[in-house]
Amino acid sequence: MRIGKDLVAAAATPLVLGILAEGESYGYAILQRVSELSGGELQWSDGMLYPLLHRLERLGHIESTWGESPSGRRRKHYRLSASGTAAFAEQRKQWAVVGEALQHVWHDGRGTSLALGGAW
Amino acid sequence: MTYDERGVDEAGRDELGLDEQITLWRSYMADRPAVAQPDVDELEAHLRDQIDALTASGLAPDEAFLVAVRRLGRIDDLSREFAREHSERLWKQLVIGEPHAARREPAGLWTALLLAIAAGVGLKLPALFGVTLSSDPDFYLRNAPVLVLPFLAAYFLVRRRSGAATVAAVAAFFIAAAVVLNAYPFAEAGATEPLAVVHAAVALWIVTGIGYVNGDWRSGRVRMDYIRFTGEWVVYFVLIALGGGVLAALTLGVFSAIGMDASQFVAEWMLPCGATGAVVIAAWLVEAKQSVIENIAPVLTKLFTPLFTLMLLALIASAVVQHDFIDSQRDLLIIFDVVLIVTVGLLLYSMSARDPERPAGWFDTLQLVMVAAALVVDLFVLIAMIGRIDAYGASANKLASLGLNLILLVNLAGAAWLQLRFVRGTVRYPALERWQTSYLPIYLAWAAIVVAVFPPIFAFA
Repeated sequence: MRIGKDLVAAAATPLVLGILAEGESYGYAILQRVSELSGGELQWSDGMLYPLLHRLERLGHIESTWGESPSGRRRKHYRLSASGTAAFAEQRKQWAVVGEALQHVWHDGRGTSLALGGAW
Repeated sequence: MTYDERGVDEAGRDELGLDEQITLWRSYMADRPAVAQPDVDELEAHLRDQIDALTASGLAPDEAFLVAVRRLGRIDDLSREFAREHSERLWKQLVIGEPHAARREPAGLWTALLLAIAAGVGLKLPALFGVTLSSDPDFYLRNAPVLVLPFLAAYFLVRRRSGAATVAAVAAFFIAAAVVLNAYPFAEAGATEPLAVVHAAVALWIVTGIGYVNGDWRSGRVRMDYIRFTGEWVVYFVLIALGGGVLAALTLGVFSAIGMDASQFVAEWMLPCGATGAVVIAAWLVEAKQSVIENIAPVLTKLFTPLFTLMLLALIASAVVQHDFIDSQRDLLIIFDVVLIVTVGLLLYSMSARDPERPAGWFDTLQLVMVAAALVVDLFVLIAMIGRIDAYGASANKLASLGLNLILLVNLAGAAWLQLRFVRGTVRYPALERWQTSYLPIYLAWAAIVVAVFPPIFAFA
């Protein structure tokens, strides 16, 4: 299955915020986590993550520091800021609404007739 | 040539070790103006992590390198994404992703030349109907903004291939300004007419920005691009004006040496048409010679910010010693307005030349001192103005100065507060940029009010 470009783009921000809500992380590890969480279905060019991280940083949702990997390599770490936590909560609410709406519409045929049946 | 064409070919693969391949990839990546050095470092760290993981799962290093590079995405696509996020790094290159092509051709030179000539000719058109500079200087002074700036706006609209809606919006503003400036029955030697002209120039300059950003005026980042453009444009225009002054002086001198009087030609043709054309040519230069200016802007701001800070502090000190602001002459108060405008201009100019990702340093502290000093001066002037209005009653001039002062006061107060928080590390730099870019419409609104509403209120006097 190949997930459409627009959907990937829309899901990228809440996913990255969510992963950083689990704790501080860095680019490569974030992508590993995305692929782990989606069973490898949700993918984009690795490099595209970085402009997204920089945008979130500019908006003040995340903060970055340069650190080192265990092997001594320079590495940029990101963590959620206070406004990022709020943005994440907001995104989460919005996606919950979308998810619920989709659930409803997919169970439509069965769902409505059952509901109607129950009411009568 | 892209990385994929060079670095991946068979011969190259045999010869290069992993580190050389990464170095080569780095150099291609770093070649893109939208991708800064730290970004390349970050991407390289990613690349090496990926290569480690792939070699651990059994791939040979060069195969792992190829897979990792492929997964990172094509350099063109990647640099385009970076350019979207970091437009300040290649702000003038609106054709994102083709930096080399854009650099080679003298972009828009012919458009600029044609429009500069058209602007010069356009300035002389009213002379066909007997309205010349010497017979009716008032007409030219009154219409200066609508005679000059449409050509600059047209330059942007042509260069950006703007859509009909953008063209119509910009044209509507210009037509409205022309109608107001010429239909209002301004009184001879009144104050509302010069006020309307100056504010029309400011308003139309901001409207020209709609052309510059190709209608995308809601975005704070492109507004900052236009602020940056304005600063560079002033630098180029002053340079051209200096050259034009030398040319005019020499023309006068050399023709009088052979017994001919060129003063009529210089005053009627060379200076007005030259200055009008220079408005468009300076705009073209800003867009074409970006890298030259990039070196000048930070130097100019570093040079003049300390000097202006000193001047403002000295001003405060002498005002405190003399404490007679309320009785100051009107001219004196107007010069204070100019000082405040230049200070805000300097602040905006250094802001547009700054890398938003750099952490706070000594220069930001200095700017805080400058803004705070300007704020104090603004308060002094405001008190003096209110005192004058209280004592002598309101006039168009006084209310226009008062309004401008209040607007600058709010701007400076916000700027000082954000700058303080930035220096103390509690706020990030883009917040400062946002404050200034979202303030632009307020200037436009105020200028429009002074142009359209002030004259009727003050009976065109």
